[in-house]
Amino acid sequence: MAQMNMIQALNSALDVMMERDPKVLTFGEDVGYFGGVFRVTDGLQKKYGLKRCFDTPIAEGGIVGVAVGMGAYGLRPVAEIQFADYIYPGLDQIISEAARLRYRTAGEFTSPITIRSPYGGGIYGGQTHSQSPEAIFTHVAGLKTVIPSTPYDAKGLLISAIEDDDPVMFFEPKRIYNGPFDGNHSRPVTPWAKHPASEVPEGHYSIPLGKAAVVREGGAVTVLAYGTMVHVAIGAAEATGIDAEVVDLRTIWPVDIETIEASVKKTGRCVIVHEATRTSGFGAELSALVQERCFYHLEAPIERVTGFDTPYPHSFEWNYFPGPIRVGSALRRVMEA
Amino acid sequence: MSLDRSQQLELYSRMLRIRRFEEAIVAHYPVGHLSIGQEGAIVGACMALRDDDYVTGTHRSHGHPIGKGAAINPLMAEIFGKRTGICKGLGGSMHLTDTSLGLICESAIVGGGFPLATGAGLSIQVRKSDQVSLCFFGDGAANQGTFGESINMAAIWKLPVIYFCENNGYAVTTSVAASHGQPDIARRADGYGIPGVIVDGQDADAVYEVTQAAVDRARAGEGPTLIEAKTYRFDEHSNRLAIPIRYRSDEEIAFHRNERDPITLYRARLVAGGLAAEVEAIEAEVTCIMADAVQFAKDSPEPELSDLTDNMFSNPINFPVTREGIFGDA
Ligand SMILES: Cc1ncc(C[n+]2csc(CCOP(=O)(O)OP(=O)(O)O)c2C)c(N)n1
Ligand SMILES: [Mg+2]
Repeated sequence: MAQMNMIQALNSALDVMMERDPKVLTFGEDVGYFGGVFRVTDGLQKKYGLKRCFDTPIAEGGIVGVAVGMGAYGLRPVAEIQFADYIYPGLDQIISEAARLRYRTAGEFTSPITIRSPYGGGIYGGQTHSQSPEAIFTHVAGLKTVIPSTPYDAKGLLISAIEDDDPVMFFEPKRIYNGPFDGNHSRPVTPWAKHPASEVPEGHYSIPLGKAAVVREGGAVTVLAYGTMVHVAIGAAEATGIDAEVVDLRTIWPVDIETIEASVKKTGRCVIVHEATRTSGFGAELSALVQERCFYHLEAPIERVTGFDTPYPHSFEWNYFPGPIRVGSALRRVMEA
Repeated sequence: MSLDRSQQLELYSRMLRIRRFEEAIVAHYPVGHLSIGQEGAIVGACMALRDDDYVTGTHRSHGHPIGKGAAINPLMAEIFGKRTGICKGLGGSMHLTDTSLGLICESAIVGGGFPLATGAGLSIQVRKSDQVSLCFFGDGAANQGTFGESINMAAIWKLPVIYFCENNGYAVTTSVAASHGQPDIARRADGYGIPGVIVDGQDADAVYEVTQAAVDRARAGEGPTLIEAKTYRFDEHSNRLAIPIRYRSDEEIAFHRNERDPITLYRARLVAGGLAAEVEAIEAEVTCIMADAVQFAKDSPEPELSDLTDNMFSNPINFPVTREGIFGDA
């Protein structure tokens, strides 16, 4: 075991996989020589050489597309998109090529690629450095979408993503790269070192895709969250004293509906939290699934706590970000309903 | 064609305004991508434009509006996130603009400006106006697909567009040498059948001259030009990104700072031309403008939550949709 923050855990996952499997390689803007603007690929070029960890021109369509081509012909590429906000020029290659290749060749070709990208707010990044575009990808048939919330999960999930034969979108909550964050932005940042999930095995291990984790048990209300919002939800449960069960989805699609269903049937209440804009956000899908499966167990309307239906503003960081006060009042509302 | 003395003084003043504006940001509200070192390319190009010509910019967005002659106070207030900012404090450092001077709000998406500038050029052509559209972009941006898509359209339709590359040698840490098949972006023009020109971006007068020639060509209906100004960024990519590795040498940085500062070079030229007193007057004036702007930004009110939704739609139908309004649970 070693103590790692999320950046180190992700770096370790890449290192382990590149060591084990010569078909694994990684690339993106400033990924090779610099080691990535968030340092996730630090040291990999030195260790594995220019052919397995390299810089690309600024061309997200090209970055994704060459990954699909390499994946079709024998490699297992991990592409980095520097910020999730820059993924849109690559959407066509993701949606029209990566997600469809297997289907349109009757399984002859696969797209065993992983696209990593930091996402989310709470970093004063404004409209082009704070977005949470995950629901765009869950809407595309043929993709898997993963979002870890701790260093331990980040490493185990990234290894699973790389080993998976289908295209996996791997979004990293950059606000919690260096330490967990419960949304209380005026308090000093706590490092991962104080969190049990910063104990990470140095070697290979994996966390299966499609399995959620109940990270806080409770009987009164179920909170569905992922990424940074897992920590905000736990903090809000503690601050309000409400006996909330927090489910960390980890893989948002294909979602672990069994775990969700069991929890909501037990508590009878459900609050969904995400940073992304509200309308057609992933919370809408979760809400639909919960009412389909748990309608007769629900004692209150399902609540969503989300970003606003606007771009992420330069001012109002802490209004837009669904912090502990907003999550706490949603918890109270469903308890009073 | 070259600039007369009063235009040269204006050019100097605008370069100095960019520099002092960014120094003020560093001192008071340290966010952003600085244009320090690139002022000669930016202002040299802008001096060839009329107030009603269009400009698109980049994430490195402070220089372009100031180069076009924008009022400083609303730009500073935007940096500070205040309601008096050009985007009511909701856009921030990467989206400075001045729409009264033909700037489309800068996009921080690398390569995002090419099609916009091209569309602005098409609008000019369709409306039979004699304006031009100038697209600032970086060396890194030239590798986005939008570059080729746009320039080809401008070439076949003979649009009045000037594609102006501020080639500062790097995209974050990735050098031009590591990311381009050959080092001269202007040479790509040949592939589209348009003129490509390389100019010393640290010589503002030279930049003005090549840009003026491209503008004349565009106004005459002869189509687009690709200009590449070789320039240099003195500071790090962004002052919010710590870069603990060396991707350019200390000697290289020192050489450009000491020998190739476009403001120092231009000042020497003006002083040698007998304009020392005017230069000093400009320097005093710019210092006052920045002090005023910082005070204005500090004294300005914060935005209001309702500002967040005011400019989402021109025609807000069924908006906001949720029971509680757009702020939902907020
Ligand atoms: C589509 C997109 N990809 C990546 C980025 C991240 N990014 C911001 S600036 C930059 C480098 C741009 O280099 P260049 O065009 O040379 O401009 P410079 O920063 O040198 O002014 C990168 C990669 C972005 N903003 N948008
Ligand atoms: Mg550059």
